[in-house]
Amino acid sequence: MKKDRQLPDSQGYFGQFGGRFVPETLMPALNELEAAYQKAKHDPSFWAEFDSLSRDYSGRPTPLYFAERLTKHCRGAQIFLKREDLLHTGAHKINNALGQGLLAKRMGKRRIIAETGAGQHGVAAATICAKLGLDCVVYMGEEDIQRQALNVFRMKLLGAELRPVSSGTKTLKDAINEAIRDWVTNVRDTYYLLGSVVGPHPYPVMVRDFQSIIGKETREQILARCHRLPDYIIACVGGGSNAIGIFHAFVNDTEVKLIGVEAAGKGISTGKHAASLAAGTVGVLHGAKSYVLQDESGQILGTHSIAAGLDYPGVGPEHSYLKSIGRATYVAVNDKEALAAFQLLCQTEGIVPALEPAHAVSYATKIAGTLPRDQIIVVNLSGHGDKDMDIVSKALGVTRG
Amino acid sequence: MSRIASVFAQASHIALIPYITVGYPSVETTLKVVPLFASSGCDIIELGIPFSDPLADGATIQRASYHALKQGVTPKVCFEVAQELRRQMKIPLVFMTYYNPVLKFGLEQFCSKCAEVGIDGLIIPDLPPEEGQELEKSTKKHGLDLIYLLAPTSTEERIELVAARSSGFVYLVSLTGVTGARDELPRELESFVANVRRRTEKPLCVGFGVSTAEQARRIAKVADGVIVGSRIIQLLDEDKSLGNACSFIKCLREALL
Repeated sequence: MKKDRQLPDSQGYFGQFGGRFVPETLMPALNELEAAYQKAKHDPSFWAEFDSLSRDYSGRPTPLYFAERLTKHCRGAQIFLKREDLLHTGAHKINNALGQGLLAKRMGKRRIIAETGAGQHGVAAATICAKLGLDCVVYMGEEDIQRQALNVFRMKLLGAELRPVSSGTKTLKDAINEAIRDWVTNVRDTYYLLGSVVGPHPYPVMVRDFQSIIGKETREQILARCHRLPDYIIACVGGGSNAIGIFHAFVNDTEVKLIGVEAAGKGISTGKHAASLAAGTVGVLHGAKSYVLQDESGQILGTHSIAAGLDYPGVGPEHSYLKSIGRATYVAVNDKEALAAFQLLCQTEGIVPALEPAHAVSYATKIAGTLPRDQIIVVNLSGHGDKDMDIVSKALGVTRG
Repeated sequence: MSRIASVFAQASHIALIPYITVGYPSVETTLKVVPLFASSGCDIIELGIPFSDPLADGATIQRASYHALKQGVTPKVCFEVAQELRRQMKIPLVFMTYYNPVLKFGLEQFCSKCAEVGIDGLIIPDLPPEEGQELEKSTKKHGLDLIYLLAPTSTEERIELVAARSSGFVYLVSLTGVTGARDELPRELESFVANVRRRTEKPLCVGFGVSTAEQARRIAKVADGVIVGSRIIQLLDEDKSLGNACSFIKCLREALL
């Protein structure tokens, strides 16, 4: 497994996945970005700034918390939660937004564009832009604007300009299309702050590097506390940045099982889901070759998930690679199961998770009961659920107030 | 000599290359309008295979693609349309589409089918030469031209690479942006074309944003061909009898004489 540390290769491939399938207009910009990132990556002062702001501004390290009552409830393996929900802005997205924001500033780009699904990346990007004094434009699908109203308001408060996207499925996929079109048009002075481990090289590796702090901390914390590595790491997968972030430090520890949880929506058999790895085929979307949900003519399919952040027909190329070599396993959890896990975590631990990691919590509770008590499961609790109150209250048929 | 190469072998002739999305607003329209364009002085026809996520396209072609997909236009339908058109005309036909529908069809199967129905070349805006080796094996095998694109942002190094690998002609994207009719083309257009010209002997055709005879005339002074897309789609919307679109083509042809 040692050589896997070297991936992606110089062309941005993880095995057969990744690459750069973009209009020529963007190729020079991607080369420029790659060169700037390589330079920053080998500059200790870049990481010194990243680490100091991660600590003082974002609130790192985040705790690794033993979920005692949840564990008791499941009557099996011990469940730990990596508390990324406690970060500034309420999700892991800030790690990447901070890293790329600092890079954009180094590159002298004053205008930042970003896409967002659930709004967490949009909020993180708007936050970092406010902090660094950069202009911020966020593309968001009209359907997502409807269902994530709180984050929409937060982005505006933070000074970002929100551009609704009404094309296609009006969700994250189309927000990325629109952000890419903006970048094609304004590439000379604009930095595209992509929010997940998707897109053309070098985004998947760069976003992974900024998110890999999650796994590094988890590894140290679990070793300090339990004096051994965990048996399972479980994380939700939309584009897959929180999952890659916590997986990366454990990829060479083959005894640690890595499990990614996709959104089964209303059920895989209904077609209303977002499980690209579980039910997709290899294709090219948003500049990279990876698993995608597509029809027999290669048209990208619409998706459904109660969690806007998982509602995406593609997935990061490194996940496709980890699946292809059997290093990670990908499963799917449906809307109802995620909602039940959401409530369970509220009631047993007093923690309100975002609907996205509620999928990971659901799968963890499912397998915990089948495992002996000395087994250790770490769930990446990638975000806080405040943004989901409207969706959850509607889904539960509860009137708020 | 390929059909596309023979277009550019005519001395001091500027090629006129219209784009239309197959199945916009209907397959019948495509079958009617392409022969009309061919007889109105077009040299090559670009047939767009619609894709769900056309990220190099502006609002006009996005809408046309979306509409065509709703009509059930698949690559298979596009092959049938191309075959029917090939029966009626001799000028080169090229497919313009995104990489995923081609990949899904199977690179080899797609190219073999293109050759079978009489398609002459492919334009794939999200496929830079770095990712094109696999497809090139099949295009070469089946005698198809794979036309790569250059943009105003392309570095000298990339101009060399793209020009060397492109076959048929080199597609010069006139502006930094997506497709769509523009009132004005960039001031740097001439120097961009001249810069590419210094590095290759291949024919250079300019597209993106072209919407008037005046702009076409300006391009004709420096390039070997003019590509027009979004404006034609708009004219198909304005006048379902196709009259406006055909007079626009004639007017462009005159401008290029």
